[in-house]
Amino acid sequence: MNLLSFFNRRTSAPVARERLQILLAHERGIVGGKPDLVAQLREEILAVVRRHVMVEQDNVQVKMNRDADISTLEIEVEIPGPAEIRI
Amino acid sequence: MAKVLVVTSGKGGVGKTTSSAALGAALAHGGDKVVVIDFDVGLRNLDLVMGAERRVVFDLINVVQGDAKLNQALIRDKRLENLSLLPASQTRDKDALTEEGVARVLDELRQKFDWIICDSPAGIERGATMAMRHADVAVVVTNPEVSSVRDSDRIIGLLDSKTERAEKGERIEKHLLLTRYDPARAERGEMLKVEDVLEILSIPLIGIIPESEEVLRASNVGSPVTLNNPASAPGRAYFDAVRRLKGETVELTVPTDKKGLFGKLFGRRAA
Repeated sequence: MNLLSFFNRRTSAPVARERLQILLAHERGIVGGKPDLVAQLREEILAVVRRHVMVEQDNVQVKMNRDADISTLEIEVEIPGPAEIRI
Repeated sequence: MAKVLVVTSGKGGVGKTTSSAALGAALAHGGDKVVVIDFDVGLRNLDLVMGAERRVVFDLINVVQGDAKLNQALIRDKRLENLSLLPASQTRDKDALTEEGVARVLDELRQKFDWIICDSPAGIERGATMAMRHADVAVVVTNPEVSSVRDSDRIIGLLDSKTERAEKGERIEKHLLLTRYDPARAERGEMLKVEDVLEILSIPLIGIIPESEEVLRASNVGSPVTLNNPASAPGRAYFDAVRRLKGETVELTVPTDKKGLFGKLFGRRAA
């Protein structure tokens, strides 16, 4: 164990505090003004995509990362070939 | 052959989620493919204890109701690639767990994993009964304290009557995991001893997890104690429990955090 890890081991409470603040800010809707804005965006974006393209659920990959300064929502939609697209 | 293991207790706050995360991580550390499922719908916390709270996209209810595929809801641990988490929903209630839905999800998980660990909510209501329903193995988490022992006795009764295995007349493997144990206080007669609890509950002991500040430290940083500090007393105790779970015979000791006294202070055999 080096000095740095020894130091870190003694300061786990501030980590807990920060994790909770970020999590609860999202759950209470402080970030973005609505409870879990990122989750709502996910639903609505997927609904819009489905309105235009037949998408198999298997071909949609969603990743989220809720952070203090920046949250990311990553939606990867595999759009089928031209023959299958409804217009 | 996949095994479904329920971590249950009846009473809240005895260490079910801590133990689910620690056992899951220890099993995965040994190379097994492990998924830990949070059955505490509405009050999820396993994601937080495992440090995945910022990455939850879909949850168990979404999968049970067919709104998401299993693969979309599983969160792979960043430290161990063969460890996954299936979070509970934070916004729904436990009635959303249907028996058929849960059975279907577990069947699908059996194809992909060696161990499916079901982290039960406290109580004996739907969430708890759904978590134990399809289990092959149960780990009953108990504190050396009267109300916890009483509730564990009640849960053991439910395991023997309300699970699928029990209804088919098959045996469900039950193990006692004694947590927050303080050997010094037990020795002084201030706390129920291991043998007291074993005598009352009469199910075999899988491990004794000593009271330790390492448990809080691990949950603070969102890492199972078996990953955050595997050499700590609770870390070693959980690794020993996992070896017993896999059928090894390991001498029952209470590891300690005190330097130089490697867990031999209180070595004793139990049933």
